[in-house]
Amino acid sequence: MNATAEHQEHGMSDASYIKIAIILAAITGLEVSTYYVDFGPLFMPALLTMMIVKFVMVVSYFMHLKFDSKIFSFLFYTGLGLALFVYCTALATFKFFVS
Amino acid sequence: MAIIERPGTETTPAVVTPQQTLGAVKRPVETKGWREWLFTVDHKKIGIMYGVVAMAFFIVGGVEALLIRLQLAAPNGHILSADKYNQMFTMHATTMIFLFAMPMAGAFANYFLPLQIGARDVAFPRINALSLWLLVVGGIVLNASWFLGGAADGGWFMYAPNSGPVFSPSHGVDFWVLGLQVAGIASLLGSINLIVTVLNMRAPGMSLMKMPVFTWMILVVQFLLVFSLPVITVALVLLMLQRSYGATFFDVSQGADPLLWQHLFWIFGHPEVYVLILPSFGIISEVLPTFSRKPLFGYPFVVFSGASIGLVGFGVWAHHMFASGLGPVSVAVFSIATMAIAIPTGVKIFNWLLTMWGGKLWYTTAMKFAIGLVILFTIGGLSGVTHSVAPSDTQQTDTYYIVAHFHYVLFGGMVFGLFSGFYYWWPKVFGKMLNEKLGSWNFWLMVIGMNMTFGPMHILGLQGQPRRMYIWTKARGGEGLFNFGFWNMVASIGSFILAIGVLFFLINVVKTARSGKTAPLDPWDARTLEWLTTSPPKPHNFDRIPVVHHLDEFFHRKYEEDSAANTMRKIADGEELVRAEEAAADANIHLPAPSYWPIVLATGVGILGLGIIYGVPIMVVGFAVVLFASFGWVLEPSVAEDIDFAPASNDGNTKEIAPLG
Amino acid sequence: MAETATHTADHSTEHGHETSTGLTNNKLAMWLFLGSECLLFGGLISTYMLYRGRVSSGPHPSRIFDIPFTSVSSFVLLMSSLTMVLAVSSAQRGDDRRTNLWLTVTALLGATFIGGQVYEFTTFIREGLGFSTSLFGSSFYTLTGFHGVHVSVGVIMLLSTMGIIRKGKITGNKAEVVELIGLYWHFVDIVWIIIFTLVYLIPS
Ligand code: HEM
Ligand SMILES: [Cu+2]
Repeated sequence: MNATAEHQEHGMSDASYIKIAIILAAITGLEVSTYYVDFGPLFMPALLTMMIVKFVMVVSYFMHLKFDSKIFSFLFYTGLGLALFVYCTALATFKFFVS
Repeated sequence: MAIIERPGTETTPAVVTPQQTLGAVKRPVETKGWREWLFTVDHKKIGIMYGVVAMAFFIVGGVEALLIRLQLAAPNGHILSADKYNQMFTMHATTMIFLFAMPMAGAFANYFLPLQIGARDVAFPRINALSLWLLVVGGIVLNASWFLGGAADGGWFMYAPNSGPVFSPSHGVDFWVLGLQVAGIASLLGSINLIVTVLNMRAPGMSLMKMPVFTWMILVVQFLLVFSLPVITVALVLLMLQRSYGATFFDVSQGADPLLWQHLFWIFGHPEVYVLILPSFGIISEVLPTFSRKPLFGYPFVVFSGASIGLVGFGVWAHHMFASGLGPVSVAVFSIATMAIAIPTGVKIFNWLLTMWGGKLWYTTAMKFAIGLVILFTIGGLSGVTHSVAPSDTQQTDTYYIVAHFHYVLFGGMVFGLFSGFYYWWPKVFGKMLNEKLGSWNFWLMVIGMNMTFGPMHILGLQGQPRRMYIWTKARGGEGLFNFGFWNMVASIGSFILAIGVLFFLINVVKTARSGKTAPLDPWDARTLEWLTTSPPKPHNFDRIPVVHHLDEFFHRKYEEDSAANTMRKIADGEELVRAEEAAADANIHLPAPSYWPIVLATGVGILGLGIIYGVPIMVVGFAVVLFASFGWVLEPSVAEDIDFAPASNDGNTKEIAPLG
Repeated sequence: MAETATHTADHSTEHGHETSTGLTNNKLAMWLFLGSECLLFGGLISTYMLYRGRVSSGPHPSRIFDIPFTSVSSFVLLMSSLTMVLAVSSAQRGDDRRTNLWLTVTALLGATFIGGQVYEFTTFIREGLGFSTSLFGSSFYTLTGFHGVHVSVGVIMLLSTMGIIRKGKITGNKAEVVELIGLYWHFVDIVWIIIFTLVYLIPS
């Protein structure tokens, strides 16, 4: 990577941000394509996977979480994890995942 | 407050005309009178104001409780109408939880947390002031409803659809929803502020496992708040949108699910009960070792059980919904999870008992209240375990048995802990000792009153007296002596004894202020850093930031281990230690400067909220104030510019706190 | 303290640093706030998921969603994350001109997204989906509206920051201020990533 010293600290240069953005755009394209092309039984898992990949990429690279202090990751992922836990549990009691 | 402090010198703080901050508005510089309080950002002043506000609401909530007990003392009570009764118990609970318990814990946290970690203030002093004023605004909005068409009447958990526009047509619920949203923002900001303070502003050497337990428990509480307040905010927003703008979230005729509110409320509500109790656990974890003259038994266990209570506390909320038809799987899961949470709670009780075991107990009022907590909380915890068994809870739910449970944990637990804290830390905050004799009256009347009031409620509940019943008839009173009517009377008499107990506290405060005896620097032979400074502390807290080597740092500066005799030998007393700090004072400490914006911004938020009830023009005014205050805030450096200090100091020793706060 | 501590996370946390963790107060507070926001949006998203199929009257989601249109505005918001990150990196290099440029572009993209949302809402209302029409309507407008408010607040912050930077009135560390706004902005973007999939692409 031909970045300045400061950038090496983050492991990211402007060029690599653009690369990430291109990947994100490509995934978005794929997501939209599910609306036109029939993915069959793969439809749901594929969409959810792509959503998660995009989410994690933005958080890790654009928000620097991957390169930053672990304390930030702890704070953010605790919130995210609790949210997933309590709301999925609540939805489960509504039999949301059964149908 | 003084903008600049020069410890060790007696010169008055010199303030040059402050720079303009925004347009015509300059920084406040008053160091005297009411302005000093309204615009202060000093965590100690803010802490005291939190305490005063919370105490005022404690009295309001207490009077509401007395009215409820008067109504139920005898058959056919006519003190309150059915409608007023509903408003009364709703506002009693709401006031006690959101306007007394949380702010009072906030008072202790604000005042002592920075002192205990050896900091000069919190991380964001202006946000701290904003939290206080938002709380005041929220409290006013909540209680204004009494005079503007009647208060909310849906119970403190305000179940929808009952709280929707059809069944609760008055504005009471609107005020309730708004007041809680504003108070919620206040707590959220406060919790972020305190977490950052603990993580970032500890004195050198104070690792997390050298922090006092009170600070630890406050830290856990703030994490609970950060992650549970947004959930109730969602519930409140949905209800507000339904009531004010015609949304359909709880409209069953459209197919809505009435359990949605219950889930959202209790996902917040159960962590909330730990928000209420853990600060008191923290307080008595300071008080018990001090007055047993022993270190806390099993410090890491107390810390980790506190943290795990916090975590597990997020997974048990549906035990409040056992009777709502959740289905057998959910009920079983939540039942077991609830039983599990009693384990870390029990661990703490044993730690406290073992702390006292073999200690030289010193029965001050603070100590009595702490022991009272251990006993009374255990009773409430045990009845809690009986509700965790779902089949048994189906009998108990919505009866007075539940009322008995939560008052043992809340009054016997939380309130006793707070009172223990009052007596323990009063000398630190005001430099005077509360009267121990009046304290004793205060304590014993509260113990007797509390057991007389809430003890019989176990019996009443098991006899089937439903919760929130506004009247009972003679025929229902039953026969024989120890009947339903008798126990209701006992409870009502008890409540007045309890009130007299609290009155003794207030008398004690007044008497102490008038003629109390000046407190020595270290009246209790205490253990933690907040005692390593004068009482009351100087605006900058510490003349020199302490370097920490031990858990219970202050104690270890006073005592040295005598390995031959296997005891601790006193090598210094608090007085000498504080004097040593004063002699080595840092030069030129810049404290964050006072600001108008917190109180202006809070007022703007209040007006904005009222706009939701009273229409768009008011909302626009509120929005304008908020915007104006936000810009004023952002453009004002939180530490006054150098020119505001006289003379400018640049000797490298300058300590600045929170540049953006 | 903000002057020195912006990117010192790798250094050990010896006493030389101003804060105990070596991280700045502001950034810690921002991450905590975002952790908290997860539970806020989680609640709104769950409410929507629970209610999206409950259409007692008015149009069904599949009838009114315009996937091509929403795809474009999702793409716009996604790209605003790129421009935001470029603004942050220019600010860290101390390049004021580029910082301002990228902040402007980000604000414009954000405003475009909001414009798209206004257009979408008016179209839906015309097609018979009011706020009170059905549970689907209420929860859809609430969720996406809440998100829209977050984007709007972000746009206001971007514009104000630019103004303040230009006037040289910024209090605290410029690069950090831009970075914090960036964090907020990306968060709003990831919420939309979820909304786009769960609300629009997965039919009820
Ligand atoms: C040993 C730990 C505890 C257990 C196992 C426990 C269990 C329970 C259960 C199962 C209920 C629901 C009863 C029902 O409505 O049918 C309940 C209600 C309640 N608990 Fe606890 N609890 C415990 C500790 C606490 C603590 C520490 C507090 C507060 C400081 C507290 C405050 C409350 C309140 C306020 C309610 C009533 C909520 C309402 O319906 O308004 N509990 N408890
Ligand atoms: Cu509970």
